[in-house]
Amino acid sequence: MKIKHLFSLLAAVALAGTALAKDIELLNVSYDPTREFYVDYNAAFAAHWKAKTGDNVIIKQSHGGSGKQARSVIDGLRADVVTLALANDVNALHKNGNLVPANWQQRLPHDSAPYTSTIVFLVRKSSPFYGKIKDWPDLAQPGVAVITPNPKTSGGAQWNYLAAWEYGRRTYGSDEKAKEFVTKIYKNVPVLDSGARGATTTFAQRGIGDVFISWENEAFLAVKEFGTEKFEIVVPSVSILAQPSVSIVDRVVKRKGTEAVATAYLEYLYSDEAQDIIGKHYYRPTAEKAKAKYANVFAKLELFTIDDAFGGWAKAAATHFADNGTFDQIYLRH
Amino acid sequence: MSTRSSRSILPGFGLSLGFTVAYLSLIVLLPLSAVFIKTSGMTFAEFWQSVSSPLVVSAYKVTFFASFAAALVNSFFGLIVAWMLVRYSFPGKRVVDALVDLPFALPTAVAGIALTTIYGPTGWIGRWLAPHDIQIAYTPLGVFVALTFIGLPFVVRTLQPVIEELEPELEEASASLGASRFQTVFKVIIPQLFPALIAGTAMAFARSLGEYGSVVFIGANLPMKTQIVPHVIIEKLEQYDYKGATAIATVMLVSSFILLLLINLLQKWSRRYHKI
Repeated sequence: MKIKHLFSLLAAVALAGTALAKDIELLNVSYDPTREFYVDYNAAFAAHWKAKTGDNVIIKQSHGGSGKQARSVIDGLRADVVTLALANDVNALHKNGNLVPANWQQRLPHDSAPYTSTIVFLVRKSSPFYGKIKDWPDLAQPGVAVITPNPKTSGGAQWNYLAAWEYGRRTYGSDEKAKEFVTKIYKNVPVLDSGARGATTTFAQRGIGDVFISWENEAFLAVKEFGTEKFEIVVPSVSILAQPSVSIVDRVVKRKGTEAVATAYLEYLYSDEAQDIIGKHYYRPTAEKAKAKYANVFAKLELFTIDDAFGGWAKAAATHFADNGTFDQIYLRH
Repeated sequence: MSTRSSRSILPGFGLSLGFTVAYLSLIVLLPLSAVFIKTSGMTFAEFWQSVSSPLVVSAYKVTFFASFAAALVNSFFGLIVAWMLVRYSFPGKRVVDALVDLPFALPTAVAGIALTTIYGPTGWIGRWLAPHDIQIAYTPLGVFVALTFIGLPFVVRTLQPVIEELEPELEEASASLGASRFQTVFKVIIPQLFPALIAGTAMAFARSLGEYGSVVFIGANLPMKTQIVPHVIIEKLEQYDYKGATAIATVMLVSSFILLLLINLLQKWSRRYHKI
């Protein structure tokens, strides 16, 4: 009897031991400028998950242009979660291969965007136009060199493009006028990089251009890295509310059996701890507590959403970035 | 008996043919056929619309023109480099020899970044050109520079063994028979090197057509100006337009194949024509 008990006890301990030492690996496929943020967040989540369940989570990160990243996932990269630059790229996962359900955006609060950002200008202080760039029309004046990536390949650049377009439409009154306005800005673009990081490098390290249309968080990072004596962040009067989207990749997590931890990984982004890290990395938090804490970091400006201004991503993408869309027409004109 | 006599003298023909066909199918034909199959899902009108838009046509022009110019320049300077490396000995020759291979080994993105750093308006060379209003990086000239860089080893490495085979006696004979230096070079040396020169140039050209990594850094990727075809293809893919991307790839594939075929014919013709 005793020996039998002992054995079952040993067996139980052994089983518990293996259960305790369970190592889980997640792959988070993200876009360019989130690199530093997710390094911090992953550490926080791993600690949280360890305390809660005793399991070790190792999160691997993959970064690149948002569209390219989505395509890798469609083509078979086994991402447990995607944290991309725009909802349209997550929609693509649904449309091409049904990797996520159609209602993915309703599964998490704030349209599955735990943090937001916006589009601002980073102006080079040594530029002859320093001090003369205050708002969108100043990017259209002749002679200014504007750096922005190619909206066909960069999620961030689509926000840039649409922000400029909406400003033009509001200020000059029609889509036709908005197109003229945006055309003027793009005629001032000497280099079209394919991603946000590449464009930052072109502007900050290679010294090309007078002004860089940038993610707000990228602009903060650039100023932090290169110093306030080199660059200044200029906030336009109106800009777009950029909502980077997150989702689990249902097809992959079901196969790997990581659905619970992947879901928890995304839900934890809304926790106070995560929201604080979000603010620290210059993304705009969505939780009230963190919002209040970082209120003085972020400039107050009028922000419009893609749904209000453009009737959603599908419509915006078809009008502006598809073949023969307005972006193509800009270059065909000259 | 009769089967035996029709066989090649060398053994192993069947086996090696089998391997060749299987290997080429797996490595080359299979991926290429995927391109054609994807394209075959389009109607001709769709196909034509994808491959003939002005933006794409401009990219063909940039790609073919820059590749051709780079190959041409490499054929001239590559010949000199190869000649130098074979015929003369000088200190540091081995280092120079190894340097030639560098564009082969270097990841092209690294080459692109390095070239951009040098030729950019604030770079070592770009800085001196900028006051004269000459800009290399972010212009079609930058595309040409990048393609020249990656194409060089093809010309040099194709020519080297052929120059090694050349007999200096022929040049001596030419000279002793009263030919001028000019005549010796153009009537004796060049004709012998011509087939290899064309082959090397063609390889450099073909390689340039497909180059992506270095050009995206040094060219500004501006539609209608410096955008190359591989970049258009990537752009289409990023828009989830798989069909449009493969349609353009098909055009590139077919046109490159025709060009290479023509060059091969030219090579064959020149070999016959210049036979000594």
